[in-house]
Amino acid sequence: MSYLDKATLKVVGTRPIRPDGVDKVIGRATFGADHTMPGMLWGKVKRSPHAHARIKKINIDKALKVPGVHAIVTAADFPDIPNEEAFVGEGPMNFRDLSRNCMARDKALYDGHAVAAVAATSQAAAEEAIDLIEVEYEVLPHVIDVEAAMAPNAPILHDDMFTQGVEPKPTKPSNIAKKITFTKGDIAKGFAEAEVVIERKYTTKPVHQAYIEPHACVVAIGADGQATIWSSSQGQFMVRAYCAKLLNIDIANIRAVPAEIGGGFGGKTLVYLEPVALALSKKTGRPVKIVMNREEVFRGTGPTSGGTIEVKLGAKKSGRIVAAELVLKYQAGAFAGSPVGPGCMCAFAMYDLDNVHITGYDVVSNRPKVAAYRAPGAPISSFGVESCVDELARELKIDPLALREMNAAREGTKTPYGPTLVNVGYIPTLEAARNHPNLKIKLGKNQGRGVASGFWFNIGGESSAAVHINEDGTASVIEGNPDIGGSRASMAMMAAEVLGIPYDRVRAIVADTGSIGFTFLTGGSRVTFATGMAVTQAAEKVVEQLKSRAAAIWDISAEAVEWKDGKAFPAGANAGSFEPLSLADIAIKSGRTGGPISAEVSINAQGAGPGFATHVCDVEVDPETGHVKILRYTAVQDVGRAIHPSYVEGQIQGGVTQGVGWALNEEYIYDKNGCLENPGFLDYRIPVASDMPMIDAVMVEVPNPRHPFGARGVGEVPIVPPMAAVANAIADAVGARMRDLPMSPPKLRAMLDEQDPPRMAAE
Amino acid sequence: MTGIAARRLTGGQTEFDIEANTVRRMIAELDQRYPGLGKQIDEGMAVAIDGEIFQDAYLEELKPDSEIVLIPKIGGG
Repeated sequence: MSYLDKATLKVVGTRPIRPDGVDKVIGRATFGADHTMPGMLWGKVKRSPHAHARIKKINIDKALKVPGVHAIVTAADFPDIPNEEAFVGEGPMNFRDLSRNCMARDKALYDGHAVAAVAATSQAAAEEAIDLIEVEYEVLPHVIDVEAAMAPNAPILHDDMFTQGVEPKPTKPSNIAKKITFTKGDIAKGFAEAEVVIERKYTTKPVHQAYIEPHACVVAIGADGQATIWSSSQGQFMVRAYCAKLLNIDIANIRAVPAEIGGGFGGKTLVYLEPVALALSKKTGRPVKIVMNREEVFRGTGPTSGGTIEVKLGAKKSGRIVAAELVLKYQAGAFAGSPVGPGCMCAFAMYDLDNVHITGYDVVSNRPKVAAYRAPGAPISSFGVESCVDELARELKIDPLALREMNAAREGTKTPYGPTLVNVGYIPTLEAARNHPNLKIKLGKNQGRGVASGFWFNIGGESSAAVHINEDGTASVIEGNPDIGGSRASMAMMAAEVLGIPYDRVRAIVADTGSIGFTFLTGGSRVTFATGMAVTQAAEKVVEQLKSRAAAIWDISAEAVEWKDGKAFPAGANAGSFEPLSLADIAIKSGRTGGPISAEVSINAQGAGPGFATHVCDVEVDPETGHVKILRYTAVQDVGRAIHPSYVEGQIQGGVTQGVGWALNEEYIYDKNGCLENPGFLDYRIPVASDMPMIDAVMVEVPNPRHPFGARGVGEVPIVPPMAAVANAIADAVGARMRDLPMSPPKLRAMLDEQDPPRMAAE
Repeated sequence: MTGIAARRLTGGQTEFDIEANTVRRMIAELDQRYPGLGKQIDEGMAVAIDGEIFQDAYLEELKPDSEIVLIPKIGGG
């Protein structure tokens, strides 16, 4: 059934308070580190102090003698998994690499790589034992940056890695795991037709998702061999599947219970601690708890890639882009698997282009293996492309919004990665940006305005949901997705709308892996779309049951009952004359009409609609210090249909804020030995509230007809445009074109010094 | 079709004429022509049918004039 007619909706589109909100704000929610058990041991991980080293020997004798120590595990305690790739969880996963990322085998590949772990009766004993584990290393040459890792003489991380995607098949190992290409049209012909050609190189640094809650878990194995895992993650089913694979345990013997999650943004779509705690629990027979500190989060878990972006654009003087070429080199960290693929696919997706050639390289280096981060890969390539489009606009003296409008992807545009776009709202975002009052505000001295757009596919996937009608006429919704962005509220709202009852009569619960059918993780902006679809279908099944129960009470045919505003009515005069029955009236009699009223639906949701965004950023540059102040920020996005507008706006504002941090301050700083020098929030500078103005989130609603309410994913695309929007605004303010992120005060100050004479924006 | 692993198995060919009325049959036909391609598609590729992306689409029906593009599977953050 479709609920696309907004005028008929009573609950969807309103702004109730999320049920988990207050507890999370005041710290009462049970996060990963809050769980405890009787007899629990404390686990602690020993980490490599070297960026690249062969592990020659690990001696645990002294550590085992520390009072309170129960067990120590190393790679020898984990199955040696063969080199195989499978699509389980968040993307193609090589389980050998995942296992070796959780516990180094043979070689430590980055500063902070886990090499052993201890379980002890106290944290102090575990820490003392960690210091007494003797690891004999052969320190090897290391490589940190992506282009250095691609150089012919670079230290090689994996002797068995040969570049895929090149012919003939290489005979020498390389740090380049993969080369990919996407081609549309004839790039040489396109550049031959161009009247203006701009060629630029841009670079970005790896940045961490900077979730406030560090990774944490408790794992217990019962006498019956059943393991229970309590942890903070973006998917309890992902935790279960990965742990089963890495420890060679049947999935049925693991139950994963989701804790409340204090941020993930893609960074908790992997396991780090859970397999280690599971191995320690298996060895000791006791529950084991491990909690990372902030330094471990930075040194031991995955940021997103840094990369280089080489862009070449050819255009007519009218502004029509006739050729677009791109080379992307993305750091994958210690194991293959950067998001260079989606980076390639998203880079030019905002444009209707005839001639495109894109090349991407996936490159390993001695850094933590990258993890997903909102719209993985797209922000990096878009920083280059959207900066270069701005440079083209300036060269052609065309308004940057007008240049985008002239070349914009629209209904029927064939994308450079293949499919033709349908049901998309990019042009409406450009129109809404142009018409926003913020764009009419006159800028002052040293102030500038920057425009950038972005694209993300969004996904659907496997989801299960159940709706139960309780005896008092309230409803319970059971979902399998950890609630990160307010999904309890959204799920309850969709169920309430279908059932025809108020939002506060529906309670949504996030269930463990034993209590609901398989549900793919919370990521890819899929939950409101896919799990929302499952909830809607389950609620519709319940409505059918309610109609048949009313029919039983009235002793008429179920076809003669209609459901409206939460009540059963006789469908016309022929059905008979009965007083309407409310949901509560029917629920209290459910025992006499066939038993409990409930439905569970498991689906694989398809056809997630893509998301487009256009951002406009106003900045003021302090020429004395190089500090950039964000004056105002207008983020326009096609959201399909906002189920809960406040939480959609929150997703947009959060993505923008993280993007501004990526643009201005965030970076990993390594010393000459490849060791991370800033593993903490004092030295790794993320934006705080005082850095940001109120972000104007503007929702354009082009409904996705695949979803009953028209929803499309909203959490990814808002992080795609900000870096270029900020860079373009800085260029507008002071004429300094920053092509290397972050655009931190010292770097901007240095660039202003290079200007001769300094150019300041006109008042 | 995009994606290097698949192209490796087809000798560089990226466009195909296939008679099939479901995605499952299309994949089976591709696998028959290029042994191993079916597994590659199953494990690492999504199917875009007339612009809509299906991560797993065995049962989707194909119309005679449908645009079908095999692309790498997509995740997210």
